[in-house]
Amino acid sequence: MTKLLEWLLGISVVMSTWGLLTFDLLDLKLPPVYKEVAWPMPVYLLVVFGCYSLATVGYRVATFNDCNEASQELQAQIKEAKKDLQKKGLKF
Amino acid sequence: MANRKTSKSRVSSDKYSVLLPTYNERENLPLIVWLLVKYFGESGYDYEIIVIDDRSPDGTLEVAEQLQNIYGADKIILRPREKKLGLGTAYIHGIKHATGNFVIIMDADLSHHTLLLCACYRKQREGGFDLVSGTRYSGDGGVYGWDLRRKLISRGANFLTQVLLRPGASDLTGSFRLYKKEVLGQLVKKCVSKGYVFQMEMIVRARQLGYSIGEVPITFVDRVYGESKLGGNEIVSFLKGLLTLFATT
Repeated sequence: MTKLLEWLLGISVVMSTWGLLTFDLLDLKLPPVYKEVAWPMPVYLLVVFGCYSLATVGYRVATFNDCNEASQELQAQIKEAKKDLQKKGLKF
Repeated sequence: MANRKTSKSRVSSDKYSVLLPTYNERENLPLIVWLLVKYFGESGYDYEIIVIDDRSPDGTLEVAEQLQNIYGADKIILRPREKKLGLGTAYIHGIKHATGNFVIIMDADLSHHTLLLCACYRKQREGGFDLVSGTRYSGDGGVYGWDLRRKLISRGANFLTQVLLRPGASDLTGSFRLYKKEVLGQLVKKCVSKGYVFQMEMIVRARQLGYSIGEVPITFVDRVYGESKLGGNEIVSFLKGLLTLFATT
């Protein structure tokens, strides 16, 4: 199954459950609290996911390692390499 | 010159073939080759460097020939191509000529810190992985010389990729990887995308085919010579590619 199909399946399951509860499609006569909780769920979940995404990406950007040492090391190695290669006869 | 007796004798019968597709890397190529020779020399492992030049107008091939004279035709192998073709075909071309049982893919522009090669093959040996991928996003991995915009785009794109594809690897667009040769062969046959997305597809397909994937943190130092590309075009093609992978894998 492709990821797209997985998502479509997941969304259909969630939305049918939501529809079932909110509109009482099976005439289950559940206590009204189910309806009250279920009704705003889709929007609520989207908002939660949105906040989670922002927080996660924000955190990851903030903690993205800046490798200053690596860069300096590389610069030093480049110098060494150029000297050595010139000695070995490389014409840049 | 014939017998390189160092304090490390040959540690195993493994051989690493490094594939370096190049296009206009005249300045970087000698440096990357020097670094590879240095680190592999220190490791004691057998290796070869296969330079796949796509008719670079700046004379990259000529520099490669000089390097071949310096280091020997058994270590520096030239397999140039007639014109600028894709990365995928460069890998296919390279594998055909690779005599090692492991293949290492990396950029020729010094953006990957070569010393991390050691971490890479050590990881593979420890875990017996089918492929080892360098990651900028976890452990000590990181970048240098990136402004906020670039970091934001990178992390955002990676987040989207993780949510949509759940690939089991933290960095999909990186191109610092070690593969078992037959694994690389299988994967390249199955992949259809180009550019950035090709690298992503390789990992996704690897997961699908049940190959084991190890990770090592790498540092990505922004282009030392030359320009880096992350404009609107790249972003659009990345999104198109991501959605294609989402719908087809």
